[in-house]
Amino acid sequence: MRREDSKTGMLRRPMPWLIAAVVAAFALLPAATGDVGLRETLFLAALAIVLASNLNLMIGYTGYVNFGNVIFFGLGGYFGVWLATGHGWSLYPAALAAGLLVSAVALLFGAGILRLRGAYFALATIGVNEAVSAVVTNMDAWGGSTGMYIPLDAYQPLGGPRQALWIVYFLMIAVMAVSLLLSWGIRRSRFGLGLFAIREDEDAALVMGVNPARFKAVIYSTSAFLPAVAGALFFFKNGVIQPDQAFDLTFSTEAIVMLMLGGQGTVTGAALGAFIYEYFRGYLLTSPLFSNFQLMVAGALLLVIVLFVPGGLVGWMIDRWPRLRGAIE
Amino acid sequence: MIDGLLLGAVYGLAAIGLTLIWGVMNVINLTHGAMVALGMFGVYLLVGHAGLPVYATLPPVAVGGFLVGVAVYWVAVHRVINRPHLMSLLATFAVNMMLIGAGTALWSTSPYNVDLSLPGITWRGYTFTGGHIVAAAVAVLVAGVLYLFMRHTMLGKAIRAVASNRQAAELMGIPSNRVLAIAFGLGIGLAMTAGGLVATLFPFTILSGGEYQLKSFVVTVLGGLGNPAGALLGGLLLGLVEGGTTPYMAVSWTPVIEFGLFVAVLVAFPQGLFGKRTGR
Repeated sequence: MRREDSKTGMLRRPMPWLIAAVVAAFALLPAATGDVGLRETLFLAALAIVLASNLNLMIGYTGYVNFGNVIFFGLGGYFGVWLATGHGWSLYPAALAAGLLVSAVALLFGAGILRLRGAYFALATIGVNEAVSAVVTNMDAWGGSTGMYIPLDAYQPLGGPRQALWIVYFLMIAVMAVSLLLSWGIRRSRFGLGLFAIREDEDAALVMGVNPARFKAVIYSTSAFLPAVAGALFFFKNGVIQPDQAFDLTFSTEAIVMLMLGGQGTVTGAALGAFIYEYFRGYLLTSPLFSNFQLMVAGALLLVIVLFVPGGLVGWMIDRWPRLRGAIE
Repeated sequence: MIDGLLLGAVYGLAAIGLTLIWGVMNVINLTHGAMVALGMFGVYLLVGHAGLPVYATLPPVAVGGFLVGVAVYWVAVHRVINRPHLMSLLATFAVNMMLIGAGTALWSTSPYNVDLSLPGITWRGYTFTGGHIVAAAVAVLVAGVLYLFMRHTMLGKAIRAVASNRQAAELMGIPSNRVLAIAFGLGIGLAMTAGGLVATLFPFTILSGGEYQLKSFVVTVLGGLGNPAGALLGGLLLGLVEGGTTPYMAVSWTPVIEFGLFVAVLVAFPQGLFGKRTGR
């Protein structure tokens, strides 16, 4: 652990306070107003933040582009729904077990594909995504291509559907909070330092005593856990899970857009990008002018970011006001 | 089985487009799928509105693809070519999103098809559909012409020189930027031609390109990234696998085999099955 310097205070290290404030706002705003529409919007924003933050662990911290991050979310959803409906588990253990199972699966995949580097790894993740999606589509136990439905009485233990929606919402906020804290914790740890070393130069990291194979396996598996829990929550709330929706490759790539928008490599960047993108997309979908061109506008946005502001919003802010460097993590 | 092999030639052609770009500029072109789809719609529009015979639409589609490719190169790829892979992946992916978005707005995602009836050939009780035979012949022909072009023309040699060492090529007086733009255009042109050929065989939507993009990845990996001859062989192999497995199991399992194969080959032989063995 790093020694804390004596001047530690709210202003020098604002991250934990910032995270606490954001989580409090997410949790309290809909609860205080009772506004269901706001709750749904924030639910999707929280989900986006979970996915982008955990993707950031791979792309931003370790430098490995994972195009198939949606399989964690989708598989988590499948495990969760399967345990909750087929085996009568209650939501909490089902979601937790989904996370653990998917982490184990990720460890297994990782053993193979993490031996690849750079573009090869990126391609392999696309392949894994398609293969998993195809397998699930063919699994009769999981309903094949029609998927699984959750009967209404599955919501009874949580006090009926209406109450269940609120509970799932607060759980999602909790998962978001853990995601942000995890990202922040890893960033400040020795382990995180090792990941950054791998990102900069894997061979040099090896020489410096970092064990890239183990670090990559751990981070790949870790980055699977929370998205899987989020997937279990999302599809439990959704009431139905189908392969097309659970393994949608565009969802993966949207997470990448969010990350680039906010700025990869920082906790704030991932969260900010996810939040802004989710709102932006909501606006595009509802505006009559752009609703047909939502994908085009998002693509153009991504291209502009990649070509001209590769550091994303946070990178740009840090370039502009270098004193922020110490504060934004 | 034979149909699979014929189709495999078309897969191979599409994959050559992908692998050419990878081999020359180390960029994985994620616009590939969208370009294949544009090729399909190019054929559809030229047949439907300009009244051209089906196969006469392929040259204009190929040339159009070349021009589109050169334009995409200057707009999106040129600036990211020497940056980390993530950047070029994302830049081409962004163009892909824009093309798919525009295509969806124009043509929705409903299926289209090109009417074509060619007499099949019956041999020992098997019927080979005419469309498949012509498509395979065109694919092999185009691949052959490309091979001769790369081997025996100055421009082809320049492309190979830039691929092997850009700085040295630049010192020899080769304008590497222009050569890269041309190579990118060629790659896109091949993708669109392959798309056009597919359009003569199956119905398609604006999203169909994604499927062929994934198949192209599989083929490219089978043949070795950046190896055009390997790509054609890989395409034939993939066609064989598809044709060979369909009688024994449901069609829905084919992708499982394909992508299982893909990941396995990628992990076990990163140089491709037909690639040069490098001592590790």
